[in-house]
Amino acid sequence: MTAAPRPYTLVAELTYACPLHCLYCSNPADFARRHDALDAEAWRRVLREAEQIGVVQVNLTGGEPLLRPDLEALIEEARALDLYTNLITSGIPLERERLERFRRLGLDNVQVSIQDARPQESDRIAGSEAFERKLRVARWVKELGFPLTVNTVLHRENLDRIGEVIALAEELKADRLELANAQYLGWALLNRAALLPTAAQLERARPVAAAARARLEGRMEVVFVLPDYYAEFPPPCMDGWGRQFMVVSPDGLLLPCLLAHTLPGLSFGNVRERSVGELWAGSPGMEAFRGEAWMPEPCRSCARRSVDYGGCRCQAFHLTGNAGATDPACSLSPEHDKVLSARAEAAGARQGMVSFRYREARPGAS
Amino acid sequence: MIEPAARPALAAKARLRYDRASGGYLLLYPERGLALNATATSILKLCNGELTVDGIVEQLQREYTGRTTPELQQEVVGFLEEMARRGLLRMSGAAG
Repeated sequence: MTAAPRPYTLVAELTYACPLHCLYCSNPADFARRHDALDAEAWRRVLREAEQIGVVQVNLTGGEPLLRPDLEALIEEARALDLYTNLITSGIPLERERLERFRRLGLDNVQVSIQDARPQESDRIAGSEAFERKLRVARWVKELGFPLTVNTVLHRENLDRIGEVIALAEELKADRLELANAQYLGWALLNRAALLPTAAQLERARPVAAAARARLEGRMEVVFVLPDYYAEFPPPCMDGWGRQFMVVSPDGLLLPCLLAHTLPGLSFGNVRERSVGELWAGSPGMEAFRGEAWMPEPCRSCARRSVDYGGCRCQAFHLTGNAGATDPACSLSPEHDKVLSARAEAAGARQGMVSFRYREARPGAS
Repeated sequence: MIEPAARPALAAKARLRYDRASGGYLLLYPERGLALNATATSILKLCNGELTVDGIVEQLQREYTGRTTPELQQEVVGFLEEMARRGLLRMSGAAG
């Protein structure tokens, strides 16, 4: 066991509840079985303990963090700790007065998700009539003097409209635009056949994003994230397991990423029982894939192991059944064929002909 | 290009924060952070929307006596341009 690195960012998932039903939701597929276990006092303690061991940024997210009536208290605590505080929201439900209150309490940045540049398509993905309300919230964000991040998750149905998404973000005067392709985990994996774009779509989208990034430099930061399935090498998932990011889930688990608690056999401690510092440094789950000792070949002797840290553990588990395998998104993985066959399937699928499942809580479902 | 008469200020999304762990300053913005060295910290602390670039150089000159004004000018402008490219500065008009 080596000394734990310094964490910089806390992702505080305040609840898994959400009024939207996006079919690529990053919450675990069994979210409905997990319950909000932390009250405002517990969350305030989590913020304090995280700051003590080095955290300087907090993302208040969910689910939909606006559903927490105590969100104000958490923003206030984060501000008192001088944390850079980012609210990651669908914008629903929100009144202007509440947003003004967040401003007074010292919230630093607001990130609003917009599912598509077109109202009907956006609402279809969200499973809710949300588009116009989201635009209204995004405008309030700027009017009140907040910086605005617009986040749009890309997939086969909206990828060809990336130019329209950029134009919308410009119209909203966003300071940052995240054009983030869905990653195929959780709900997005369940809906992969409906969502995974083709290589040709990505080849068309990439130069559009690059041109916007160059044109808007200094005004709007444009971030384009490829799906791991189309990368030659995987990106450094979460900048490495337990390296810089910590996630606290609504049920109080301290995790290295949003979905690590869905991996079998790993035990992560709960912040209700132990301090953030203790769990970060030494829970068995946090230790499991930290550093390089766990790596199999080809990672173990690969020059890229300190760049991508072996890729995504959740993706490795879902595609190979082994969370300790090389990420199959990597072209050097012995199981890269799993990703290649998904690409081939996407290339052969007919647009709009694939059924999908909205994120929902089903009685008895796990 | 940054004009000598421009008055830089931190962009709305950027915030300077003292870092206990390192004893230095961090510049924080959405999803990112930069660890600043002493010179960068001194420059950004002077980016208050009132001082011009020339004014910033003049102030720094008192602190960094070992460097000539043109050297310092070049360093400040280069750094500010990099910060502006990242969208971390806004420029008030020269007349403002």
